Amino acid sequence: MAKFMFSKRKKYATIPSEHSKVDVPEGLMQKCDKCHKIFYRKEMKKTLNVCPNCGYHHPLKAWDRIEDLFDEGTFKEWDKQLTSVNPLDFPDYEEKIKKDRQKTGLNEGIITGEGLINGQATSVAVMDSSFRMGSMGSAIGEKITRAIENAREASLPFIIFTASGGARMQEGVLSLMQMAKTSVAIKRFSDSGGLMISIMTHPTTGGVSASFASLGDYNFAEPGALIGFAGRRIIEQTIREKLPEDFQTAEFQLKHGQLDRIVPREEMKDLLTTLLEMHQKGRNDA
Amino acid sequence: MKHILEFEKPIINLKEKIVELKKFTSESELDLTEEITTLEKRLAELEEDVYGNLKPWDRVQMARHPERPTTMDYVEEIFTSFIEFHGDRYFGDDEAIIAGIAYYHDQPVTVIGHQRGKDTKENIRRNFGMPHPEGYRKALRHMKQAEKFNRPIICFIDTKGAYPGKAAEERGQSEAIAKNLMEMAGLTVPIICIVIGEGGSGGALALGVGDRLHMLENSTYSVISPEGAAALLWKDSRQAKRAAETMKITAYDLKDLHVIDQIIPEARGGAHRDVKQQAEYIDLVIKQSLEQLSSYTKDELLEKRWEKYKVIGEFE
Repeated sequence: MAKFMFSKRKKYATIPSEHSKVDVPEGLMQKCDKCHKIFYRKEMKKTLNVCPNCGYHHPLKAWDRIEDLFDEGTFKEWDKQLTSVNPLDFPDYEEKIKKDRQKTGLNEGIITGEGLINGQATSVAVMDSSFRMGSMGSAIGEKITRAIENAREASLPFIIFTASGGARMQEGVLSLMQMAKTSVAIKRFSDSGGLMISIMTHPTTGGVSASFASLGDYNFAEPGALIGFAGRRIIEQTIREKLPEDFQTAEFQLKHGQLDRIVPREEMKDLLTTLLEMHQKGRNDA
Repeated sequence: MKHILEFEKPIINLKEKIVELKKFTSESELDLTEEITTLEKRLAELEEDVYGNLKPWDRVQMARHPERPTTMDYVEEIFTSFIEFHGDRYFGDDEAIIAGIAYYHDQPVTVIGHQRGKDTKENIRRNFGMPHPEGYRKALRHMKQAEKFNRPIICFIDTKGAYPGKAAEERGQSEAIAKNLMEMAGLTVPIICIVIGEGGSGGALALGVGDRLHMLENSTYSVISPEGAAALLWKDSRQAKRAAETMKITAYDLKDLHVIDQIIPEARGGAHRDVKQQAEYIDLVIKQSLEQLSSYTKDELLEKRWEKYKVIGEFE
């Protein structure tokens, strides 16, 4: 029996983690990417991957975020099976998708669905940057569009957590067009009185930042998140000067009037609850 | 003809030879008419062969041709009484985008387009047609005005892309582009978008959400420049030619992907060879598009616009 338990634990401990480095026992401990302090993985899980020492917000898996936000057993996933094809016959694209499906257990870099946050019904879309860097292709565009349409039809609010390097190169102009497609859906949703809340997490760049991520009635970001359209290297090459350290961080965007608030992960659920309640009350009173 | 593209050289050489022979014939006793006729026949074949089989990279060169007609060239040919208006009312006037009103035949319309320069001096003033946020905001201001006064909107797309600069980021170019996409989705007047040169990424798309999207035969529309794609995908921007093929960026590719409505033919050898003829081709397509769209009510227009975008993309 003891042997059985041990082997089970050992199996658990060998799940590779992107955060753990070779000098840290895999699985049990986790090192902060920023301050390099080492913590028990359990402790980091409790803080939702936020470093207890320096407050650095590590990427959070989409399912972990959903589990944290939604009341137990209330989340219902939409379009789980929807996945990418290879519209441009791009070399090796299918293999890459297949590999990331195995790696992440997701069919695409986003989960959409509905559920209750502290009793408040809402729809949600949560991007996951561990799937092809969260890049947006046709499948992600379609899932977001369908989620917004579902929200419109059911008069639900729509919350989106973005985490994306931008357009998915392997789908070319079709990925660019997802910016337009999702924006047209948001316009319909907004015109019907729908509430949309966008939360930009690390990273939210390129075509995602220049479409739905910026189109919430409220646009928030997690501390330290990289947010911007063009890449730092391209800008530095273009203007031939070094950019400040904080360039394109959430704090930079707040300072330049591009965000409503920066919201630490631990305060997210409370803020969303309050906002959902306020808008529901506004609706009822109308 | 100041700028000759690599693939055009055999044609130009042959043309020069014909001119030479003609000159020789007229100046000397020797009659070379027969040879000239043969060469002219060969020239016609060669032109057909070269211009009829342009590769994606050739079209990229065409789209970037220094003499390629710009938005203003077409405005002058297709519209009358064009009055340009400036400024976004928040920050400044971005000359990489022009906007104004004009008559399209007898109908008042709003015309908006990216504007490249004709020479270095003008290009610096217009930032090579690469907009800052105030450009998109100026465009949106005019689109809203078009809606108020019930004017159709014609957008000419011709940009390498949004300007990758510090100031553009500080002033919120993501928000400015995103806002245009969303607002264009809801405008209750017909919007016709035409890619006339390069359609580069978000900077192009910010003038590109409409009821009709057409492309000139030798224009391109892509999520990233071929050079940028090559650098990202293969860490080598010199593989731009390969990227131009792989990324599917020509008008024909976009038609196959069901992204655009019509391919507007170009004058033989490219739009710059005959601006007037090119303007006529464009005029015809605008006319057809407006006729089709004018029969819709405002609600129908929005519904059809939604249906158009709803189906873009491939997945399973």
